Amino acid sequence: MSTTERIIPDRLRSPMEQRLKSWETLLLLVAVGIFVANSFASPYFLNAWNLSDATFNFTEKAMIAFAMALLIISGEIDLSVASIIALASTAMGAAVQMGVGTPGLVLIGLGVGLLCGAFNGVLVTRMGLPSIVVTIGTMSLFRGISYIVLGDQAFRGYPESFSWFGQGYVWWVISFEFVLFALIAVIYAVLLHKTNFGRTVYAIGNNATGAMFSGIRVNRVKFILFLLTGLMSGVAAICLTARLGSTRPSIATGWELEVVTMVVLGGVSILGGSGTIAGVVIAAFVMGLVTFGLGLLNVPGIVMSIVIGALLIGVIALPRLWSMWRLR
Amino acid sequence: MLQQTQKSLPRGDRSDPQAILALADISKTFPGVKALSGVSLSLYPGKVTALVGENGAGKSTVVKILTGIYQPDGGSILVDGVPAPFPTPQAAADQGVTAIHQETVLFDELSVAENIFLGHAPRNSWGLIDRKKTTEKARALLSSIGAALDPELRLKDLGIANKHLVAIARALSIEARVVIMDEPTAALSQKEIEELYELVESLKAQGRAILFISHKFDEIFRIADNYTVFRDGQLIGDGAIADVSEAELVKMMVGRDVSQIFPEREPSAGDPVLTVEGYAHPTEFDDISFTLRKGEILGFYGLVGAGRSEFMQSLFGITRPSAGSVEVGGRKVSIRSPADAVDNGIVYVPEDRGKQGAVLDLPIFQNITLPSLGRISRGGFLRLAEEFRLAREYTERLDLRAASLDTHVGNLSGGNQQKVVIAKWLATQPRVIILDEPTKGVDIGSKAAVHEFMAELAAQGLAVIMVSSEIPEVLGMSDRVIVMREGRIVAELTDTELQPETLVRHAAGI
Repeated sequence: MSTTERIIPDRLRSPMEQRLKSWETLLLLVAVGIFVANSFASPYFLNAWNLSDATFNFTEKAMIAFAMALLIISGEIDLSVASIIALASTAMGAAVQMGVGTPGLVLIGLGVGLLCGAFNGVLVTRMGLPSIVVTIGTMSLFRGISYIVLGDQAFRGYPESFSWFGQGYVWWVISFEFVLFALIAVIYAVLLHKTNFGRTVYAIGNNATGAMFSGIRVNRVKFILFLLTGLMSGVAAICLTARLGSTRPSIATGWELEVVTMVVLGGVSILGGSGTIAGVVIAAFVMGLVTFGLGLLNVPGIVMSIVIGALLIGVIALPRLWSMWRLR
Repeated sequence: MLQQTQKSLPRGDRSDPQAILALADISKTFPGVKALSGVSLSLYPGKVTALVGENGAGKSTVVKILTGIYQPDGGSILVDGVPAPFPTPQAAADQGVTAIHQETVLFDELSVAENIFLGHAPRNSWGLIDRKKTTEKARALLSSIGAALDPELRLKDLGIANKHLVAIARALSIEARVVIMDEPTAALSQKEIEELYELVESLKAQGRAILFISHKFDEIFRIADNYTVFRDGQLIGDGAIADVSEAELVKMMVGRDVSQIFPEREPSAGDPVLTVEGYAHPTEFDDISFTLRKGEILGFYGLVGAGRSEFMQSLFGITRPSAGSVEVGGRKVSIRSPADAVDNGIVYVPEDRGKQGAVLDLPIFQNITLPSLGRISRGGFLRLAEEFRLAREYTERLDLRAASLDTHVGNLSGGNQQKVVIAKWLATQPRVIILDEPTKGVDIGSKAAVHEFMAELAAQGLAVIMVSSEIPEVLGMSDRVIVMREGRIVAELTDTELQPETLVRHAAGI
């Protein structure tokens, strides 16, 4: 009998760190590749102001994506985030009509986000309903309220100081939104990877029953995650409303899927239990660069969504194909 | 190659016909663990071969190689003496190898007949499944193994014993030449076990080869013809059961003499730690009252379904009782969740390690610190050095065997998984530890270690509750035994009352 010397990797035992590392490396390579391709494809790409503009393609979505990443790692999901933006934005618009100033508007935006998150969280953790069903319901509910309030109208007239959240620059080409995005990324990375809370999120995502039997307050953790996702939707609502300067009920339509795409592209398992914030950060850049690059080339939006979809499937299928090929 | 086959022939049966299925010099390595190194195993028509070994000896790896789930790194699989690799589970099935697992892989929503003939059901002239014929053939097959089951019943309506019968009928329906039984009696009652033995005899008479994996020596000596012993992934010995004694077999298994004697204990009744008054649940248990003292081991005995585990889980905060109160250290406490229980020093080692006891996909050290995160962190931030220190301290205390603390718990043997769960709870410095069937699915060597450890914990002043269905364990370990029947306490036995007959009489209500 010939004894074969090749090492067959046991998939059951592949170290998670290694796999995630290679995932993020792969994603980073994709990001660099897109950057290089873009700079060749369009002469306008390598321009500080244009690149700065490009970040607006992902900063608001990414803020939600960080919270969503934690929620998905814990084994839940929130599909109502874009509708929370609509409701929060509508509430701020209505407040403007009543003469509320910038600090009040910010509080209203954050407050509506928190309330919506709490509503989702109560339905999921208290009533034991599946989060995908609950948030498909609240997705229609929250945006429906915006449509009832606004109809085909729009709220305008946001104060100058409020606009700064979406249009202001902290230094040179560095926008306030980008700084906020970076800050939130760091906060969530620390929360997920360096705290007790983050550890329990992983434990719940891997085995919620086992976590409960280990004395973890599973429902409390999940409720907090829904609150955080709602809060981040409120933050995104403030930035987006300030940037657009108006509120229509169709604001941020379809963002929930882009946010989930960003999270999954970032290497977070849709089944829960694994993923990192670093991956989501890179995924945000990848998606931002692709949309911006294609925009410079005057590629229509519908084609962009095809490209993003193909990218998602491609990047996710690649490691699987690679391991299948190596096993042969 | 011929020589290898010769070598692995059991010593007592050299005149036997050639093996139907043989493993020759098989090796299998996982990252960090050499699961099998050069093992051989032969299965003969009409013979039952018992595969014996402690948890982690490599038995399940062999089963997975025989059924095409794992590929060996070296060595060969021989079918009728001819090398035949099993690259897929289908290839193994095509060669007539079938396995009946502890948790049989069947489909709850399908009928008995559909389960038996799934994938090879009789067809009618349209090429569609002939339901009537399937049912008839299933009925015939079931009655041939002495099972009076309605083939049209849904599988989910059957008990575990009957599910086993369906799995066996399925094995027969695909003309299995080799039947692998992995601890088939683990969940069966004595009567059902007897029926299974009869069935094994009839399989033997039909000339099928049977690989029988079991921890129970009485049944190995009852039904096996040959034995093969593995230890730490190596073949230690094989031969005819008639030529070996139980003591010799145990010695081969563990590599040393194991005293079946339970640890010597000095019963010390300290102050009451836990007092339960009138605990009740609408359906599972009623009027449970008892006091547990410091340094005591209190056994809970009863038949399966007596409500012992249900009560313990309620005490641990999983389910809410409808009435009753708990005092810990003389102070009334309210336990509404496992977190409350842990805060009050009550911890629970569940029977179901995989789902409830551990988070299998997380590393050992993270499992151990999961309930103690507050102690290894500062201001909510994890301190990795502290975390590893705590994990190391308690894994060393329990003599855990693992490649590293970073190894996922799912990759450990049953005995070592149990050690991780116990270590996790000891790290919380509890006052009361509840162990639910602590040695179920744990091999003899680890069993003795768990028993010794329990005695040590009690000696250090921990109050221990042990739920067990094994009479020798209950009698050997407990200072006092509470017997439950149909959700109620029917007896509390001490000293001279601790007799097997007394226990059984109370548990069965005779």
